Amino acid sequence: MLRCNLLRTRNVAEIEAGAADFALIIIAMNAGDYSSAGSRRRTFLRSALAVAAMPLLPVRAETGVLRIGLTPVFLDDQLSFLTRWRVWLERRLKRPVVFVQRGNYREVLDLIRGSKIDFAWICGYPYVRYRHELRLVAVPLWRGRPYYQSYLIVPADDRKSNSLTDLRGKVFSYSDPDSNSGYLYPQYRLTAMGENPTTFFSRNFFTWGHRKVVEAVGVGLADGGAVDGYVWETLAETHPALTRSTRIIERSPEFGHPPFVARPDMSAAGLQRFRAVLLEMPADAEGAELLHLLRLDGFVVGQPSLFDEIARMAARVRKI
Amino acid sequence: MIALADLSLRWKIPLRVMGAVLGTALAVTAALVTREYDEMRQNLDAHGKSLARVLANTLVTPVLHDDIWRAYEILQSARDPTAIAPELQADVVLVTDAEFNVFVSTRPREFPIGSSPASRGGVYGRLRAALMKTRPTEQQVIEPADSAHYFVMSPLVADGVALGHVILGYSKISFLPRFIGLVGQAAFVTLLVLVVILPFSWIWARRTGEPLLALAEAMRRVPDDLEVARLAELPKSRDEIGQLGDAFRRMVGELKHKQELEDQMLVTERLAAIGRMTAGIAHEINNPLGGMLTAIKTYQRHGAGDPLANQTLSLLERGLTQIRHTVAALLVETKLQDRPFEPADIDDLLILVDAEARARSVTIVREAPLERSLPLPATLLRQILLNLLLNAIAAADEGGRVRIGLTTGDGMLRFSVCNDGKHIPDEQMAYLFEPFASGREKGYGLGLWVVYQIVQQLGGGLAVDSEPGCTTFRAEIPYVEN
Repeated sequence: MLRCNLLRTRNVAEIEAGAADFALIIIAMNAGDYSSAGSRRRTFLRSALAVAAMPLLPVRAETGVLRIGLTPVFLDDQLSFLTRWRVWLERRLKRPVVFVQRGNYREVLDLIRGSKIDFAWICGYPYVRYRHELRLVAVPLWRGRPYYQSYLIVPADDRKSNSLTDLRGKVFSYSDPDSNSGYLYPQYRLTAMGENPTTFFSRNFFTWGHRKVVEAVGVGLADGGAVDGYVWETLAETHPALTRSTRIIERSPEFGHPPFVARPDMSAAGLQRFRAVLLEMPADAEGAELLHLLRLDGFVVGQPSLFDEIARMAARVRKI
Repeated sequence: MIALADLSLRWKIPLRVMGAVLGTALAVTAALVTREYDEMRQNLDAHGKSLARVLANTLVTPVLHDDIWRAYEILQSARDPTAIAPELQADVVLVTDAEFNVFVSTRPREFPIGSSPASRGGVYGRLRAALMKTRPTEQQVIEPADSAHYFVMSPLVADGVALGHVILGYSKISFLPRFIGLVGQAAFVTLLVLVVILPFSWIWARRTGEPLLALAEAMRRVPDDLEVARLAELPKSRDEIGQLGDAFRRMVGELKHKQELEDQMLVTERLAAIGRMTAGIAHEINNPLGGMLTAIKTYQRHGAGDPLANQTLSLLERGLTQIRHTVAALLVETKLQDRPFEPADIDDLLILVDAEARARSVTIVREAPLERSLPLPATLLRQILLNLLLNAIAAADEGGRVRIGLTTGDGMLRFSVCNDGKHIPDEQMAYLFEPFASGREKGYGLGLWVVYQIVQQLGGGLAVDSEPGCTTFRAEIPYVEN
């Protein structure tokens, strides 16, 4: 119980004007009354409880408010960026926008599949699993193309490991069980090598975010990790200290970039309108700036076939 | 040690006071530092235990769920890289499972997941042994002497079952700067207090020692310089030092009195010896002298004729007469049969010395005139007074002043003759009354010897006080009323 709350202060914060500000205020208040390391920690735990106890706004599809689910397929922890993006989207869509974030992909998936939210930015892996339910809205363009890779990383001071096989019996860090780059691809690689993914590593754990995989590998908590290449490259620009402590030993083939999807019962007009706004982003000055912050070049409509390779890997892994 | 014992009180008292002040300051500082240290340790223990307990409670679920990353994040959230009190910052936090293998740690490189810290040997092996000994639900603080860390261990307990332990390792060294800072601070405050107190203590101690030093200084003057010792400024308080000062003053007074008596006795004895000797010599001289003078007289009366012989004998007679006079002057003989001393005698004396006084333009002042006649031999008293007056006129300054006063009472005649002008030097004082002791070229220097002899024979006493500008001769002579 307590554990979840601790993490929720970072991941859960619903990026909705009121809720987000309230959470920030609580965190700020706590920062003010730190007196010693001990009381600080206790205060922190108390504040975590306070945030958890705060009734989160019920996630329902209300008329007027557009709810967009976000997952760590990008650096979703930049609150100031998200606020700017939300304001921009509201201006373009001419309706209130709420970003919904959860501790893992699964919860966001449940929300969109249950039509509790309107759109979501999810990974290609869950998309292919539920493509008969979810509707593809747009695919980001990274470095001009709608593709990305999975990186296999090790701590920078590990000079010996050069491939996945060198990590046998080591501690491995995945990002999320519903992530393609951070889970499916390494699982598939092991399966393809004839290894049993559950016993190949001595220990493995999930960090529930690509950035945290980089952190876990960087500090040496894990001997290796699988991470979204787009996230790693973006971090290399924005937080070079983080990525410098890791070393890429393998790059996967290209996969379809994590797409925006719409809830199953989204009207065609609503889908079109949101898609149009996304596609228009590079043309707008503010939109282009926001894209630059994401290190993306824009969006394309994209075809479901873009994710066929992921579907193939998923099928292979599931067979075992 | 001897050097210290020999040290003057001027330094010894202040140094001892300083020592006492410094000792007190050091003791107080040490006590404060010890107390502060204990408090710091207690704080640290309490802090460590409470942090370990909170972490243990929080980590139960991640450990149960095998959620390494969340456990790591919890450990990270417990760290504060900018802590105000770095010694409260655990150097290393280990979470171990029930088999004492690392579940997660804040130093993953040193303590890889799944490894056994005990396999590193040393301290961690002993931690495991310590964990085995206690009940699994108890907190422990272990401080191995050979380790740079000390450890707070708290069990991870879920439903009474120990899942593992949270081990907080605190650096003993990070504790040091704080402690050194504390000692430095205490030393600084002590120093400040000393800077204020020491000068006061020093002055106070010096003042305590001063009376003793003054006393010691005065004592050093005894017995050579009694006058300086007597005039020394001694403490006048009523405490022991004051009493000591009083006693010292009394002692110096008595010593001085004794010394004066001794000096006087010495003079008296010497004068008496001279008197006896001169009397003997005079007697021995007078006998042949009388014969010789008689022989010359006889020859002049009967054998006259040879002018050369007459001339020679006349020369001899003059010389022998002079010897007789001199001897007579040395040998003062009291003629007890004499007329009483009258007030008119004084008038006569003043007339007698008037010519001399005029010659030196000295004024003679007569104080307390005698009112009646006294049963004392007038010739001798006139002799005394005449000698003293002539001496005084000769010693007085040109145009100076001489005073003469006479009083009677209690069967005593007291008189004094006083003149201004140069005083009698100390070295001359002791021989003043001896015959031929005069420094003057004029006369034989028998005047005061005669005065002394007469006063002595009359059973009286004689005293001289001589200071610059005032020399006084005093005499008292007893008489018996008819």
